[in-house]
Amino acid sequence: MNTYELIVVGGGPAGLAAAIEAHQHGARRILILERDRELGGILQQCIHNGFGLHIFKEELTGPEYAERFICQLEALGIEYRLDTMVLDVHEDRTLDVISSKHGFETLKAQAVVLAMGCRERTRGAINIPGTRPAGIFTAGAAQRFVNMEGYMVGKRVVILGSGDIGLIMARRMSLEGAAVLAVAEILPYSGGLTRNIVQCLDDYGIPLYLSHTITSITGRDRVEGVTIARVDERRKPIPGTEIHYDCDTLLLSVGLIPENELSKSIGLALDPVTSGPVVNESMETTVPGIFACGNVVQVHDLVDWVTEEARRAGKSAARFVLGQLKAAAPELVTKAGAGVRYVVPQQIRIENLEKEVDLMLRVTDPCKNKWLVARSGETIIKKAKKAHLTPGEMESLKIPVDKLRGLTGELTLCLEEVAQ
Amino acid sequence: MLDVTIIGGGVVGCLIGRELSRYQLKTLLVEKKSDVADATTKANSAIVHAGFDAKPGSLKARFNVAGNAMYDQVCEELAVPFKRNGSLVLAFSDDELPALHELRDRGGVNGVPGLELLTGEETRRREPNLAETVIEALLAPTGGIVSPWDLTIAAAENAMDNGMDLMLDAEVTAIGRVPGGWRLIAGGRTIDTRLVINCAGLYSDQIHNMVSEPCFKIHYRRGEYFVLDRSAGGFVSHTIFQCPSEKGKGVLISPTVHGNLIVGPNAEEVATPENLETTMDGLDEVRKAARMSSARIPFGAVITSFSGLRPTPSTHDFIIGEAKGAPGFIDAAGIESPGLTAAPAIAVHVAGLVREQLGGLEPKPGFNPRRRPLVGFAHLSSSEKAAWIREDPRFGRIVCRCESITEGEIVDAIHRHAGATTLDGVKRRLRPGMGRCQGGFCGPRVVEILARELGVPMSEVRKDGPASVLLTGETKSELKAVRA
Repeated sequence: MNTYELIVVGGGPAGLAAAIEAHQHGARRILILERDRELGGILQQCIHNGFGLHIFKEELTGPEYAERFICQLEALGIEYRLDTMVLDVHEDRTLDVISSKHGFETLKAQAVVLAMGCRERTRGAINIPGTRPAGIFTAGAAQRFVNMEGYMVGKRVVILGSGDIGLIMARRMSLEGAAVLAVAEILPYSGGLTRNIVQCLDDYGIPLYLSHTITSITGRDRVEGVTIARVDERRKPIPGTEIHYDCDTLLLSVGLIPENELSKSIGLALDPVTSGPVVNESMETTVPGIFACGNVVQVHDLVDWVTEEARRAGKSAARFVLGQLKAAAPELVTKAGAGVRYVVPQQIRIENLEKEVDLMLRVTDPCKNKWLVARSGETIIKKAKKAHLTPGEMESLKIPVDKLRGLTGELTLCLEEVAQ
Repeated sequence: MLDVTIIGGGVVGCLIGRELSRYQLKTLLVEKKSDVADATTKANSAIVHAGFDAKPGSLKARFNVAGNAMYDQVCEELAVPFKRNGSLVLAFSDDELPALHELRDRGGVNGVPGLELLTGEETRRREPNLAETVIEALLAPTGGIVSPWDLTIAAAENAMDNGMDLMLDAEVTAIGRVPGGWRLIAGGRTIDTRLVINCAGLYSDQIHNMVSEPCFKIHYRRGEYFVLDRSAGGFVSHTIFQCPSEKGKGVLISPTVHGNLIVGPNAEEVATPENLETTMDGLDEVRKAARMSSARIPFGAVITSFSGLRPTPSTHDFIIGEAKGAPGFIDAAGIESPGLTAAPAIAVHVAGLVREQLGGLEPKPGFNPRRRPLVGFAHLSSSEKAAWIREDPRFGRIVCRCESITEGEIVDAIHRHAGATTLDGVKRRLRPGMGRCQGGFCGPRVVEILARELGVPMSEVRKDGPASVLLTGETKSELKAVRA
């Protein structure tokens, strides 16, 4: 059996950063397993710019961002395999793997980093009455066709959902000569980044209909039209508010969900809100030696934060391999309080923190001028004033390790009013 | 001149084709769509009925019970999944008991084995998720579930393995007499044939009327369904019916052979055989009716909804036999429920009619009733997986990660007889695109493989029918045209 110190499942931005960081912290015999024909993951189809503002202090395209890491990986001589699929990961850190080149193999690792990324939700489309003709694509599948294969998916486009990929595709399709007629979002706010709404819709005069959904799709062979309508507070369409569009394409951008089939097969505890594994301060899952990072843990809005999270996972995995990570029960469990949807990491072992813990979270609703507060019982451990909060933008709260020492039980993050 | 031309590649046409491929005949099946099993066959309840529903003495009753008994062998030979999970018809009030008891009596006359009335408590003991309001139920142990499209595709493939020809995208636009037989125009091609078998389903009256006096009309009765995720597949183990009324058999709840749960259908007459829309009202009706059988159905686990059309004949029974004034033109028309169940028996019966017409049939030496099973890579053991990849490296490349389907299997599904020519064709055969991501991830890759294997540009790969193009052209084609 082939044995490695560290096996990283997935060669997208999370896997690349984790492997490099692990190497820099002393791990050797590292192997990345990537199912696609090249490293870089979904970044390779994201040919727009806006990546790397935080990590590299410059604006890169997706492939450029990926290339920085791939070059570093090559320079360090880290081994990787393409066109390789992990079928199963077992609790003892053996992996069943297949590829055309090597056939069926079982590999063994001292530590594993899960970095499978996420997939697109299709649920928004399930309950739309009407026909199921050609011309309905998830935004990501359309992006692959247009940007990587060089084919147009349609000429007159309506988009359901205002997730970032849908917004990016609104601009891409416009630049490629298609008419993007409207974006319908069932919620009263967009789930996408504000900068994407401005740069991808407003700049191209594409209307965004909030609190709207699609009520019908017509067309027998190919989409011929869709009807959108305003929804009430219970998200039910309001009769009489329908707008019909003649179009040949419907793109779905109704959210992303962590890709966790492998995590489930190992039996990792999953967080029902993030749909990703429960992790601790070291990005270690509930099975010792199995770490996770990137969109498999929680769907991020910026790749820069994926890289940061993955570096933490890679470093921790190296420390685990070198016997430096302290195995202990977590002293603290993080909780989402009022106004907060989830918090990652879910568990904290204070001993393993170096300077601070970086808590990532999303809020439940858009709001302004709030304190983001971390409480242990009645005690406020840390608070930060936030002028603008929206579920579409991930927030973070860094807490120095000194403030956590001695605490046990729950650490609750919540939003509180700022006294006028 | 061909011996037999079958019009329509649904379950009836394909099983007839397979039955005729046992004999030394030149047989052709013409199908207007780009795949077999692509209309009523792919969109129904997927139930092998026991046979207590149909009126005693009707063709429905006769072929239902006979067809049901043939299912084990047919599915075993064609290597498609089939399960006798048994069915239950529920009664919720004393008012319904006479109807329930009539079903038992009819079943007895029709020759359905093993029927048994259960008390409400006994019913709930066997199916704990059923409503407290169930007072009695009829158990039919011979009821079963099957994948209608798997069966039909396999039948077409096996028929072709044994010499049948198949023409897709070949709509029949004209039929006329020629000496010794018939001349069809199908997909623009001219076909001369001694016998014609009309298995055109929703269009079977139109085809019949091309050669004979109109004597029946097909009504299009739409039924809408929900399909639930495999996490809900164990909600019931039997197929759960409600007492039938004049509108149909009521809404059923059933596991599927692929492990999902199916709930439906309603029944609504629509004006055209193309109306396959689902509607908010129709789906609400299904949801409401199904909740009578069990209030606990996990509708949150719905992964898709669809609708299908029943080809309901104005005569209320199957129409099987030579059309009046059209010697050698055989109808197998109006095959609505229990048509899927009846199909194997109808096929044998129609082969008998062909024998009569041609004055005998010579068995074909070397006829092989068995179809090569699908690889089913995901379900193989580690060593079997290793062996397949050694044999063909394309089995080492997973294309659909939701259902672990390999490139090798997709290529196989394209190159088998009656192989896939479209994205939905691949999906029906292997289920990529039926998993969690509904094809979002594997769609582009399957299109690429189809284009490569069929030798066409990606922009010509279709979702399903001839006009269902997926890609509208290359990017920057106008710019390229200007530059050129």
